[in-house]
Amino acid sequence: MARGTGRVPGLTPLLRQLTGDPLGLARAARSERSERLTARTSTADRVVQSVCPYCAVGCGQKVYVKDERVVQIEGDPDSPISRGRLCPKGSASEQLVNSPLREYRVKYRRPHGTEWESLDLDTAMDMIADRVIATRRDTWEDVRPSDGKPYRRTLGFGVLGGATLDTEENYLIKKFFTAAGAVSIENQARI
Amino acid sequence: MPGLGTSFGRGGATTFQQDLQNSDCILIMGSNMAEQHPVGFQWVVEAKERGAKVIHVDPRFTRTSAIADLHVPLRAGTDIAFLGGVIHHILEHDRAFREYVQHFTNGPVVLKEEAATPEDLDGMFSGWVEEDRLYAVDSWNYEGVSGELTAGKREQSGDVSGNQAHGAHGMKLDRGEPPHVDVSMEHPRCVYQLLRRHYARYTPEAVEEICGVPREQFLAVAEALCDSSGREKTAAICYAVGWTQHTTGVQTIRAAAIVQLLLGNIGRPGGGILALRGHANIQGSTDVPTLYDILPSYIPMPHPVSAESLEEFVELTGPKTGAWGSLDAYMTSLLKAWWGDRATPENDFCFGYLPTVDADHSVYPMMIRMLEGTTKGYVLVGQNPVVGSANAGLQARALASLDWLVVRDMVEIESASFWYDGKAIETGELRTEDIGTEVFFLPAAAHVEKEGTFTNTQRLLQWRHKALEPREDCRSDLWFAYHLGRRIRERLAGSTDPRDRPILELTWDYPLLGEREEPDAEAVLQEINGRDATGAYIAKYQDLKADGSTSCGSWLHAGIYADGVNQTARRRPRTEQDWIAAEWGWAWPANTRLLYNRASADPGGRPWSERKKYVWWDAEAGAWTGLGDHPDFVPDKPPDYEPPEGATGMEALRGTGPFIAHPDGLGWLWAPSGLVDGPLPTYYEPQESPFDNPLYRVREDPVRQLFDRPDNPYNPSGPRPGADVYPFVLTTYRLTEHHTAGGMSRTLPYLSELMPELFVEVSPELAATRGLEHAGWATVVTTRTAIEARVMVTDRLRPLRVQGRTVHQVGLPYHWGSKGLVTGDAANDLLSLVLDLNVHIAEYKVLTCDVVPGRRPRGRALTEFIEGYRRRSGVVHAEQHPGA
Repeated sequence: MARGTGRVPGLTPLLRQLTGDPLGLARAARSERSERLTARTSTADRVVQSVCPYCAVGCGQKVYVKDERVVQIEGDPDSPISRGRLCPKGSASEQLVNSPLREYRVKYRRPHGTEWESLDLDTAMDMIADRVIATRRDTWEDVRPSDGKPYRRTLGFGVLGGATLDTEENYLIKKFFTAAGAVSIENQARI
Repeated sequence: MPGLGTSFGRGGATTFQQDLQNSDCILIMGSNMAEQHPVGFQWVVEAKERGAKVIHVDPRFTRTSAIADLHVPLRAGTDIAFLGGVIHHILEHDRAFREYVQHFTNGPVVLKEEAATPEDLDGMFSGWVEEDRLYAVDSWNYEGVSGELTAGKREQSGDVSGNQAHGAHGMKLDRGEPPHVDVSMEHPRCVYQLLRRHYARYTPEAVEEICGVPREQFLAVAEALCDSSGREKTAAICYAVGWTQHTTGVQTIRAAAIVQLLLGNIGRPGGGILALRGHANIQGSTDVPTLYDILPSYIPMPHPVSAESLEEFVELTGPKTGAWGSLDAYMTSLLKAWWGDRATPENDFCFGYLPTVDADHSVYPMMIRMLEGTTKGYVLVGQNPVVGSANAGLQARALASLDWLVVRDMVEIESASFWYDGKAIETGELRTEDIGTEVFFLPAAAHVEKEGTFTNTQRLLQWRHKALEPREDCRSDLWFAYHLGRRIRERLAGSTDPRDRPILELTWDYPLLGEREEPDAEAVLQEINGRDATGAYIAKYQDLKADGSTSCGSWLHAGIYADGVNQTARRRPRTEQDWIAAEWGWAWPANTRLLYNRASADPGGRPWSERKKYVWWDAEAGAWTGLGDHPDFVPDKPPDYEPPEGATGMEALRGTGPFIAHPDGLGWLWAPSGLVDGPLPTYYEPQESPFDNPLYRVREDPVRQLFDRPDNPYNPSGPRPGADVYPFVLTTYRLTEHHTAGGMSRTLPYLSELMPELFVEVSPELAATRGLEHAGWATVVTTRTAIEARVMVTDRLRPLRVQGRTVHQVGLPYHWGSKGLVTGDAANDLLSLVLDLNVHIAEYKVLTCDVVPGRRPRGRALTEFIEGYRRRSGVVHAEQHPGA
């Protein structure tokens, strides 16, 4: 939003509106307090170019960071696709990053458990690796029973990815799990 | 994507959003673009301001309709009848772009004598095998193409189908030439004539009777499209999941492709078909797939019958001509990317390390396997099936049947909390203490906390730079995949079991950055691009070799790191380049923004018109040139080029074949291979609808994928007894303020406040019939379960006249669930599992329901309520609990 410069006229907002600001969006809205305000975008430590994570239009985003925290996300006027615009979701995406519901710690629910428990990230990754190996071993199919043709696979575990994963992330998931013989590697595109 | 793939050769939008501004007419159908792709919609508005006519065909009046010149409401799920009507109109009134059809499509190609259509067989195509409930597709091929498919090929086409239809579905053509062509298009068995006969019954009267669209309205749409096509003008079509999420989704897109090929609107500015994908990287998740049946760039997964050797795989899978003629080079380069120096000619480049696929292993069959106990582990990465999938309640039961589950997300979604929360717990069908699933919740990094690419709806990859590090345990999915793989490799190190060799010999050595040891996403992109024998980056897919001297993780992406530059990170401001903006990001293939753009010039290589020029032949320079886009053609192949005897690959395509990923270079009005339910779109009723099919004896798509299980009952339909218990047509949709299952929107205060509660849209007439009050409560019922929602009485939904009856349609957004800042019932609980066999996508967009006033019963009373409905409608599986 455009900010005024210079001294605030010493008139009440109503008078200011009646004397040349019929919509009440410019002079009339100014106050001493508003004169002291600065946009979060102007005091950010850095601005990084990104892309909106919601739909597939691919709007350019500018991410404003201050004190290692995202303070605002705006549309990128340079983008030939979005030309600086964002929709309600894209405009709200600062809250996606800073959502009050965001989780920052691993949570673990043991079989038949009634509560979440905390777990160290390293331990969790080790436990998951053990389970993948064991399930793969227990469910391996070398050949098709009907004719002995090659299967070299497991249907014992699967992966379902959302379509907000990066291309590079999809690539590594497909590469590793295919090498491991997993077949049911799927994503949102089917859903 | 096979709808586009089998029509044009590649499963991506043929055009780009900015090009819509050049259109003379835009048909938006199966999409609510203004609300679901609001920022992309600015290009529709731009076109309208330049005089284009905008048409919206959709069951509901939305903001898209408000901007359109014409809104045409139709009955949900009847799109093929409508588009079939447009095809009929074009053919009967001689409105096709004849020269384009003659030279650029397979309209003149003569088909086999055995080829029969629903016109001959009352609703079926030739080749039906009753015991398999599948078609043998041989008879759909061109006349003179080597008779029977090999046994292996036939088994593959029945088993796998789907995404491989992108192009690698090997029709073997000598020199890329269909054997029998009649350029006059008068031969009774040529495609053009079969098309005329097949669509003869798709009259304006039939459209009115099936779709509930008055014929004058229908004719206004058909005429607008015809008037806006030809040498001087072009029309574009935009669609979204309103088309894909049907048992006939692929064929709906095929119908649009036929319209655009007949009108000559593909490969030309202002034309095309813009597939509007719903997620930031849905296109990318298919191109570099996490899908069971394909490898990167749509190479089919090996089938047991084609898995003995790489040579056998190539022989049974790929055509010899066109871009797929180099399948051996693409596959070898992929194997080199994955297994590096271990992949040698002597060991068949480790081809034998790949697992094989011989049945549908997609997400819903996987869910059934969980219920049956054969799939024991599951990794969910940013996906919430308990809210987002059809028959969503069944998903919770599937998760409760697992041994272990990993959920990676930014917030605790319903698919992580199913064991203590949700409807199955509420009805008492599941008890927390009884659920043996071990659950790992791992917090994920946000899009600004990692770097990498999204592929947008126009095949454009844009790099996101990292803004900051993720906090505490939050990590990227790249980190998760890499470090899980690393740990597994460490545990298996020293194993002598041959089945562990593919894991141990995998190239898995990406540079690790920072204290979190984040794998370098740019190094992954470099691997996707590939290198030649000297270590230099591959510049284009045409440089890939079958001798093992090149590597490439995804052949369609070759060139994405050309010259050692991350092409996706290019951000030359739009004010500093032309409207095509070729220096912003990178689009596959070869940074091409408008696919098949050789078709923007006439057969001789001259622009069809000054107004619509884009790419043309420069005879002096001996090269294709144009406004600034990459010519999607062999750069120096003259328009009069004819393939020599024995030619293969690109050399086998004429200078007039714009559709270079097809073995004949032609746009396919008739799909001789690649689809499982027919070479031409045919109207079938949805699985659940109040009507019979007036066109044919066959009511539903005969190869639709049913899950006939007690926990997945179907509402009786059409003339069947009990259908009147579910008299209304229900369609689901999304809202501007929310995103899919809500994990990325119901967790944001702004968006939750803007759109706080689930509602059901009904017309004033239906509200009066059922006693529904605006802003009061309603219960929506199917034979699966019931959900409750606030009532929205609105003129946006209008009753339609169909087959002499009034039909009411009901609209329901599906974003809600039990977690988040705002909660509500999950609309997808109401849906059944019934899929399009081509792609295994469920029919989310149409079903039948009942609507009654008031809130739904709770707990055991809900079970009894549904059992009452089942008794009244004669659904046999009455012993099952609903709401699970």
